[in-house]
Amino acid sequence: MTYIPISPAERDAMLKTVGVKSLDDLFDAIPKKHRFPELDLPPALTEMEAAAHLAEMASSNEHVRGDLISFLGAGAYNHYVPSVVDHMLRRGEFYTAYTPYQPEISQGTLQAIFEYQSLMCTLTGMDVSNASHYDGATATAEAVNLAYAQFRGKRKKIVISPTVHPQYREVIRTYSQGMGLEEAGDDPTADLEAGPEALTSLIDDNTMLVIVQYPDFFGRIHDYTKLIEDAHAKGSLVCIVANPTAMLMLKTPGDMGADIVVGEAQPFGIPLWYGGPYLGFFTTKKPYVHKMAGRLVGETIDNRGQRCYVLTLTSREQHIKRERATSNICTNQGLLALAAAVYMSTLGKTGLQQVANLCYQKAHYAAGELSKIDGFGLCFMEPFFHEFVLCCPKPASEVNQYLLDNGILGGYDLSKDYPALQNHILVAVTEMNSKDEIDSLVEALKEM
Amino acid sequence: MATILEPTIFELSSPGRRGVTMPASDVPKAALPPKNLLRSDLPLPELAEVDVVRHYMKLSKFNYSVDDGFYPLGSCTMKYNPKINEDTCRLPGYLFTHPLQPIETVQGNLALMFEMQEWLKEISGFADVTLQPAAGAHGEFTGVLMMAAYHKSRGDTKRTKMLIPDAAHGTNPASVGMLGFSVITIPSDSRGNVDLKALEAACDDTVVGMMLTNPNTLGMFDENIEKVIELVHKCGGLMYGDGANLNALLGIVRPGDLGFDVMHFNLHKTFSVPHGGGGPGSGPVGVGPVLVDFLPAPLVGIIEEGDEEMAPLYGFVTPKKTIGRMKAFHGHFGGGLVRAYTYIAMHGPDGLKDISQYAVLNANYLQARLRSTYKIPYDRICMHEFVMEGQFEGSDIRALDISKRLMDYNFHPPTNYFPLIVHEALMIEPTETENKDTLDRFADALIKIAEEAKTQPELLHNAPHITPFGRMDEVKAARELVLCCWLPENYVNE
Repeated sequence: MTYIPISPAERDAMLKTVGVKSLDDLFDAIPKKHRFPELDLPPALTEMEAAAHLAEMASSNEHVRGDLISFLGAGAYNHYVPSVVDHMLRRGEFYTAYTPYQPEISQGTLQAIFEYQSLMCTLTGMDVSNASHYDGATATAEAVNLAYAQFRGKRKKIVISPTVHPQYREVIRTYSQGMGLEEAGDDPTADLEAGPEALTSLIDDNTMLVIVQYPDFFGRIHDYTKLIEDAHAKGSLVCIVANPTAMLMLKTPGDMGADIVVGEAQPFGIPLWYGGPYLGFFTTKKPYVHKMAGRLVGETIDNRGQRCYVLTLTSREQHIKRERATSNICTNQGLLALAAAVYMSTLGKTGLQQVANLCYQKAHYAAGELSKIDGFGLCFMEPFFHEFVLCCPKPASEVNQYLLDNGILGGYDLSKDYPALQNHILVAVTEMNSKDEIDSLVEALKEM
Repeated sequence: MATILEPTIFELSSPGRRGVTMPASDVPKAALPPKNLLRSDLPLPELAEVDVVRHYMKLSKFNYSVDDGFYPLGSCTMKYNPKINEDTCRLPGYLFTHPLQPIETVQGNLALMFEMQEWLKEISGFADVTLQPAAGAHGEFTGVLMMAAYHKSRGDTKRTKMLIPDAAHGTNPASVGMLGFSVITIPSDSRGNVDLKALEAACDDTVVGMMLTNPNTLGMFDENIEKVIELVHKCGGLMYGDGANLNALLGIVRPGDLGFDVMHFNLHKTFSVPHGGGGPGSGPVGVGPVLVDFLPAPLVGIIEEGDEEMAPLYGFVTPKKTIGRMKAFHGHFGGGLVRAYTYIAMHGPDGLKDISQYAVLNANYLQARLRSTYKIPYDRICMHEFVMEGQFEGSDIRALDISKRLMDYNFHPPTNYFPLIVHEALMIEPTETENKDTLDRFADALIKIAEEAKTQPELLHNAPHITPFGRMDEVKAARELVLCCWLPENYVNE
């Protein structure tokens, strides 16, 4: 299959205009001994064959909308996506456009991003939002970059709660390896029952950023107001990694006084897609807007007196600041920001409140029923949203294998990340889990 | 008051309107968390589904896209995005698999990723590939981290300088800055190649390596590429290839064969993943033998060999001296890898070579048609793009004016003011998916605009005229910084 719309006769006419005899003659600058390698790749498929081949590979997976009942979350969640979302994403005008460098003919993308920024600020209780991160983990790592730039490298310590997503903590370590930072708190053997106050003693005059998760990796809801006050007293900034569905119901991180609120917006209209692409959101307070990475859209006016939108504060970015830029980030995850905006608009205030409430109610029903089974119990006592840690009578891997044999994805095995939690799985429940599904999980574990 | 062509989603909201609703709860009611943990209000828009659809449909019509017409944005490879990709990437087996599922339940995904790694290795000549990086800039950062880790592992700690040509993308120096390295800028010579004398002078034992886009941002394949790489290697540095311009090289030459040590791919440029208004992209990274142990973890590998009856078991493997994890989970699987896999599978080796040959033909054809009207400072056979000056002697017309006027002829403008080494640069990349008629109409428009620049310059200064929006006040946007539908200071949380 080819997508090249040029006939042999047209090709010959074009070669003549260029002044060469053949297509191969266009490549004289390439070292001869390496020119035109034979590529050992499978022969080309037609569209019909490709569709069948890709469908066959897809069908050898077991997915969570029919093959398996899923209670797996841990940073990626199985939520319902209203039909409208994909219909809008499939508009060629949106998905085949580039970064809106020419605002006169990109107002669709620009206004959609502006609205996304506004929706995210409303959700988090913050002042400004960009549309520019690859996922929740990299957004969190960029919060470290913001803090580093804010203190001009004069403060060198970050305090990270051990109950921030383990992969996010890994990404922060990867990103910051050239900065010479001191890290404290990121210790999976720490007392996991300790509240946020346990971090306070680690915050000192050299601390630039404190990072906590909300609800935390174990699903627990903490009020970080006091921790933030303590951090601010030492001059440090605080970043909260927040779940967007939970923020529909819970006190906003903005109300707690957070300086930066980041997270994974996949739950808002983006499919599981085996891990990506997702959408990292990044919101902060106005004083830090100049240090924030990524694209920002601002309102202005055109020469016809019409309200319109442009990329603004571009002087912060890599193509202007080059090696002095806060980040090298160039993309804006625009299409997925659109997905999140359409998701929020289509469900609206009421529908979104229903989603959050269903997640909460079903998770609490599941937790209640599971903890009634002999040998099983909830690991932590704090309030939780839609995820909780289930303590099992056997190693988590055995429990999960047993459940998988019964067509159930049991939950995230915590033993790999937390040595003290060998018999523990992190169970996630969303609006997609019916009472029947929850009951079948409970029945299966009863019989184990 | 400004005229409003389309209100925001907040302005369209009317209290009490309902969109998509959720089913009633089927479980007994649980008590909510204590009130001090709850938010007091959720001031999000309230609309009916039809309101939402019409709003975003209206917005979509304000956009110009590849599906609308010619989009010759240099360095961005705005090729046609095949529709079949949109179907394959939405197959339920891909759409609804969770990234933390046991590997036995996602062998289809893992097989696709493994094959993708193998294909990218074959196309580029590299020893191994990671699919984890989420975008080109993310791939660059991955590459620079590996270069740093390589030198560190050898106890070679005095290397802190990265050599970057003056024509480089801004992401190159920014990636280097993220690691605290300094940038040494290497000039280009009169033919658009790396200035070998300057390079030789900069090469010493403090050099981390060199980041080179080849073909470079002038659209030129460096005529001394082997010498450039030899000089960098001789001083102990590593050679980074910016793969942004790989669309010129498929089946033409493999960067790994030339001696590059590391390169990122832009699946959203070369392999037809749509740009989505700026993202998401996908930026896998290939490495030569010296860097394979440093790749990010995990990679997809074969855990148990297969045989004639049994498929192999695919799973995850961790390179020995890995730099760590670049993002959560496994990279841009669904929206990136599945689309690019579909595209490569449908082209095969000959089809891939055709892509690059026609991309280069189209660029040279446009260059030939425009040569007598616009100044082309580096004028030789170009690769997939070329750069010309958007200015005329004795005229105050600038590249910006020409760009805006092109919109009146229903074209997206080229990249302008980049690369920085050309005055009033217009960087034109037609890609292989444009026919001769389109290229002719575009060349005719640019020739006509050059004429208008002489006879009716105000037509250009005030352009565009036929678009729904005119030129915008960017200073006002930066000064007033209205970044939300509502101003934070006016927002009351009741």
